[in-house]
Amino acid sequence: MAAVQDGPMELDTEKETKPEILSDGTSKLSGNAASGTLSSSPLTAGGAPKQEDQQTLIAVLQFLRRNKLSESVEILRREAGLEDQEDSQTLDGSGGGKGDRDGGEANSLLSRVSITSAAAPQSTLTPITVKRANEQLDVSVVLSAYSQQGDPSLYQVYYSGLKNFIESVLDCHRAELSQLFYPLFVHMYLELVYNNHENEAKAFFEKFGGDQECYYQDDLRVLCGLTKKEHLKGNEVLLDFRTSRFVLRISRDSYQLLKRHLQERHNNQIWNIIQEHLYIDIFDGMPRSKSQIDSMSGSFAGEARREVNKVKVFHGLLKEPEIEVPLDDEEDEAENEEGKPKKKKTKKDSMGSKSKKQDPNAPQQNRIPLPELKDSDKLDKIMYMKESTKRIRLGPENLPSICFYSFLNAYQGLTAVDFTDDSSLLAGGFADSTVRIWSVTPKKLRKVKSAGELNLIDKESDDVLERIMDEKTASESKILCGHSGPVYSVSFSPDRNYLLSSSEDGTVRLWSLQTFTCLVGYKGHNYPVWDTHFSPFGYYFVSGGHDRVARLWATDHYQPLRIFAGHLADVTCTRFHPNSNYVATGSTDRTIRLWDVLNGNCVRIFTGHKGPVHSLAFSPNGKFLASGSTDGRVLLWDIGHGLMIGELKGHTDTIYALKFSRDGEILASGSMDNTVRLWDSTKAFDDVETDDFTAATGHIHLPDNSQELLLGTYHSKSTPVTHLHFTRRNLLLAAGGYSSQ
Amino acid sequence: MTEREERRFAEVPRESIKLMAESTGVELSEEVAALLAEDVCYRLREATQNSSQFMRHAKRRKLSVEDFNRALRWSNTETVCGYGAQDALPFRPLKEGELFFVEDREINLVELALATNIPKGCAETMVRVHVSYLDGKGNLEPQGTVPTAVQSLSEDLLKYYQQITRAILGEDPHLMKVKSVSHDLDQLNRLLHMVKSLVQNPYLYLGSYVRSLVSSVMYCILEPLAASINPLNDHWTLRDYAALLLSHIFWTHGDLVSGLYHQILLSLQKVLSDPVRPLCSHYGAVVGLHALGWKAVERVLYPHLPAYWANLQAVLDDYSVSNAQVKADGHKVYGAILVAVERLLKMKALSLTLAAGGGSAGLPGTTTGAVGFRENSPGLSPPPEPLSEPPLGIASHLQAGGAGCQWEEWTPVSLPAMYCELYSFFGDSLAVRFSTDPPLGGAPSSRSCQPLEGRKEPASGAPNLENTRKMPQLTASMNISPRQDGSPRMEPQPPSLAATVPGRSLARSSSSSSSVSRSRSSSSRPGRSTSQSRDIFPKARFPLPQAGPPAFSFIIGGRQMGRRCQGRRFQTSFTPTPPLNTLPPRAYAHKLPVIGRVSKPVRRWTCSHYSLHLPL
Repeated sequence: MAAVQDGPMELDTEKETKPEILSDGTSKLSGNAASGTLSSSPLTAGGAPKQEDQQTLIAVLQFLRRNKLSESVEILRREAGLEDQEDSQTLDGSGGGKGDRDGGEANSLLSRVSITSAAAPQSTLTPITVKRANEQLDVSVVLSAYSQQGDPSLYQVYYSGLKNFIESVLDCHRAELSQLFYPLFVHMYLELVYNNHENEAKAFFEKFGGDQECYYQDDLRVLCGLTKKEHLKGNEVLLDFRTSRFVLRISRDSYQLLKRHLQERHNNQIWNIIQEHLYIDIFDGMPRSKSQIDSMSGSFAGEARREVNKVKVFHGLLKEPEIEVPLDDEEDEAENEEGKPKKKKTKKDSMGSKSKKQDPNAPQQNRIPLPELKDSDKLDKIMYMKESTKRIRLGPENLPSICFYSFLNAYQGLTAVDFTDDSSLLAGGFADSTVRIWSVTPKKLRKVKSAGELNLIDKESDDVLERIMDEKTASESKILCGHSGPVYSVSFSPDRNYLLSSSEDGTVRLWSLQTFTCLVGYKGHNYPVWDTHFSPFGYYFVSGGHDRVARLWATDHYQPLRIFAGHLADVTCTRFHPNSNYVATGSTDRTIRLWDVLNGNCVRIFTGHKGPVHSLAFSPNGKFLASGSTDGRVLLWDIGHGLMIGELKGHTDTIYALKFSRDGEILASGSMDNTVRLWDSTKAFDDVETDDFTAATGHIHLPDNSQELLLGTYHSKSTPVTHLHFTRRNLLLAAGGYSSQ
Repeated sequence: MTEREERRFAEVPRESIKLMAESTGVELSEEVAALLAEDVCYRLREATQNSSQFMRHAKRRKLSVEDFNRALRWSNTETVCGYGAQDALPFRPLKEGELFFVEDREINLVELALATNIPKGCAETMVRVHVSYLDGKGNLEPQGTVPTAVQSLSEDLLKYYQQITRAILGEDPHLMKVKSVSHDLDQLNRLLHMVKSLVQNPYLYLGSYVRSLVSSVMYCILEPLAASINPLNDHWTLRDYAALLLSHIFWTHGDLVSGLYHQILLSLQKVLSDPVRPLCSHYGAVVGLHALGWKAVERVLYPHLPAYWANLQAVLDDYSVSNAQVKADGHKVYGAILVAVERLLKMKALSLTLAAGGGSAGLPGTTTGAVGFRENSPGLSPPPEPLSEPPLGIASHLQAGGAGCQWEEWTPVSLPAMYCELYSFFGDSLAVRFSTDPPLGGAPSSRSCQPLEGRKEPASGAPNLENTRKMPQLTASMNISPRQDGSPRMEPQPPSLAATVPGRSLARSSSSSSSVSRSRSSSSRPGRSTSQSRDIFPKARFPLPQAGPPAFSFIIGGRQMGRRCQGRRFQTSFTPTPPLNTLPPRAYAHKLPVIGRVSKPVRRWTCSHYSLHLPL
């Protein structure tokens, strides 16, 4: 486990804090790719620790030298020097080095992806290299920051002094300053441990461990088991804590108060920690209330800085290519696919004309190169439109029917489920490393005939597609074997020709649903891959795993196109935005990040969950995101404003499935507590008052209206809900493995 | 270590580390061991924390060994093999002492490999679909609800119910009926344990539920379970335990349901008098009666004995091979009856003496006797309620619940007469039991000795016992063979119920009823000298064995079967003629044939591993 450490994360901090580099990179890209629409608004650099960068850089150089990668060393050195030391992008640097090696190959492969060849390999091999370097060197560098210390016996005095002070200040400041307790506590404890003051550390924990907020319990449990310096070195969780600055949002008044106090008391110990390990995001205005703070905190490294959520996100939907629908229903003709959900809404809102125009929030149509529609895709679109005319309008008065697909005799352990969009196929991933596919319709699953037999058939006949299928292989279900560990997620391609599966063995596999064989094994995550998800337009997919990064892949590339690094812990779930330009990832570090597929930037960080995030769902209109976590709460986010806009409480166990209805009016959530709950998402989104102030500060008052929003709770028979799916007609399908114990 | 750590984590003590090191031939200093122990704890915790994410991603609630192994594998540590089974490992308590362990059965690989009954592949994984909720409202059928009986319970009770059912049955509500698990002795055993804990829970008012509990337990006692067909299954233990439980329910909650006692007696009697029932049911009935106290035995079993004996005899006398299994069962019943009768006699004698001591009429049925006895050993005689019930009540109850089964006109039989009659059935084996039964001192000293006093008193007032002295007099001396290696210790009685109800006699009852005929554990107390045989069953007229060579020899020998002694063979050989005494014609007397069953080892009742060798 120790090998997964903060390499990528380190890189990402740089990436985030030095957006000018990235903009630099993307401007390079924009020549080829995105026709320059991307206004890469440089962020104000958030005071990145220069020293740290240099240390990392030196460490990388040392590593490269030791491994006789002289070419890379040179390039890195040159680039580092060239780019004025400070933006010595290790990523770019060694990426270039690697790129040289396999550049030719990569170039030819990547030609279809309109990203420069420099950018693509940048994201391929480097993190692994850097990672290993960090493993050996960075740890000591990181920890050395703890070496300076005061008198260990005085730590308790310092801490309780601060505690007394905070408890004595005015109520309005107290809540804000209380945020300091947890990070200070952890850092002081780690400092004690690092300097081998085991008994003092224990006493310190004993005394103040109980004061911390309950949602930090999990971290505290890890913490209190750790009493030795040697253990500290192997514990990546706590290394992360150290290397990432804990972000606090405090109003200017409160901050002044704190500063004055610490200076008066000459409380240098605490002041040092605040300076070195905390990032205090000061804002002007009213101090926040306790509930406001609580709703946003809980993540591994504090709240998101406000700037990171300021980037413009094109959350609108892409315009669909117009397809002539051979139907008497003229109304549908002009409609495009994603206009569909909007159509319902727009009808209601009497803004019908909008759907035909380009959504102002939508990205350029060709911002991300998308595969062209094939004839079969067009046929499918037509089917989709036909179906959607028969769609049931859902609402609080009109709840969907629920069909439950129970997996029986799943002794192997059902770990993942997916439905195709047209609900014709069902795939299950199992802990015994198999993937099974069932046909939900009477149509049986057939393989394509073997090559020899295919030669014999008449290619000109009209029913050639029918003829290539081998009737002998028809069966209701197929088993796909190939993984060597539990299959943690499965995802169908939109055209139903492929299936992706990710597994504990560190690979993502692409299966053909024509031949029911494995086509590609994507190796890149060297650790368990927790989730994978196909882009709504096919071709791209994203995967996230234990190595703390999410990777963007194209099906015809065996190496990732992008690596989204930044999470401080495992990436547990990944989802594509409906317009395919963004990827959302949820993580064990209790944050959700939104990444731009075009340039790999992190454009949103959502904090507020109190447990690992295990499910994500975009609303069909692309404006909102719902996330569910182990704490049993669903949080709703406004992507455009980067705000939390709702909290749905009700589940009592981990939420593994979230899905919006086709029109986005109902949110369904499925959980380990054997229930499916339906929520009124329209109301949840409407209720939020987004005036300018809240939009500017990000401080919102969450209405506690979970009970009003809850439309229904539906129990299954001791079957945890692993997956939810709305059919095109808005019938809710739920799936889970029946567990007899 | 601070206290906090001890509370929060499991710790590996340094002693264990040292031991482990020694086992590999490394000598560790105290200091090193302490450091290592701490590191081991930390690593274990770390691995556990890491393994939890594998559990979460497998969408399970239960951490499996596999999860832990994955965590180990990813941290480049050797994995733990051999515990991958998905079923929970049975966690067994040891009856003696507070010892809990994971059952680790030995598997005979050869047998397994050559077995002809190859298990069928488990059912195919499949997907079932059903419309659970139409339009978000109508349930087609109630989903995930609890049985109606429990729906009316209060919130707390409901929670309790859910906890229990989850703990006992897993989450499958279909297992709620006892009957559906009659093939699974483990399940039944667990159920019985649950019943026991329910009964023992002092905060639980069972009220009318007692009746249903009793019926479940009765089921376990009496039903010819599916599991009984296979002779390898140890359903006897189950019956013993159920009987014990029945009596316990009865003692603690008998007052809640009036007429329960008679109802139980009735059903037991019915089973007993039904020759069609399999022997295991009969066995259950006898054990049940025995557990309900000697009065029950007297009232039901004793009058039935002549009729029943013929049947049993027929079974026992059939030496054909096809009959072997049934015969073995017959011997079980025989043994059970023997034990029951033995206690009946003893208790009767005791109550007689008590009554005599108290100066009241010597009939056993009198309330004085009963109450007096009850004080002494609350576990043994029925509560006063059913006894004091007027005959009419009994009769009316009979009519209400009697299914063609009549109470015999029950008239108290005098002890000597009873003994005589019984002796005619059992012959010497009965007598032997008396002489070999541990005298009062045999019970651990901590136990109440009230019965002892009660017995001593009449011993001094010998004239009162004139009538008893007329009984056939027979002495056997016991010479215990050395304890077998590996045989269990005899001191601790099965602690199950005895722990809650102190008293020598109950302890005896539990030991005897539970180990009836499997082990005459009572008869094998080591180092017991014969000379202390019962006062009430006076000494032999012929010389004590120690003094001279025995006049006859009676051998109950056990044989080691397999790894742990299981089967038992009682061999009797009457070398010389039986002792002269004034016996009624021994119409049914017979040589003790082979008793015992040949079956797989039973570990639950470790007392059963004796081999006895009693030369008299």
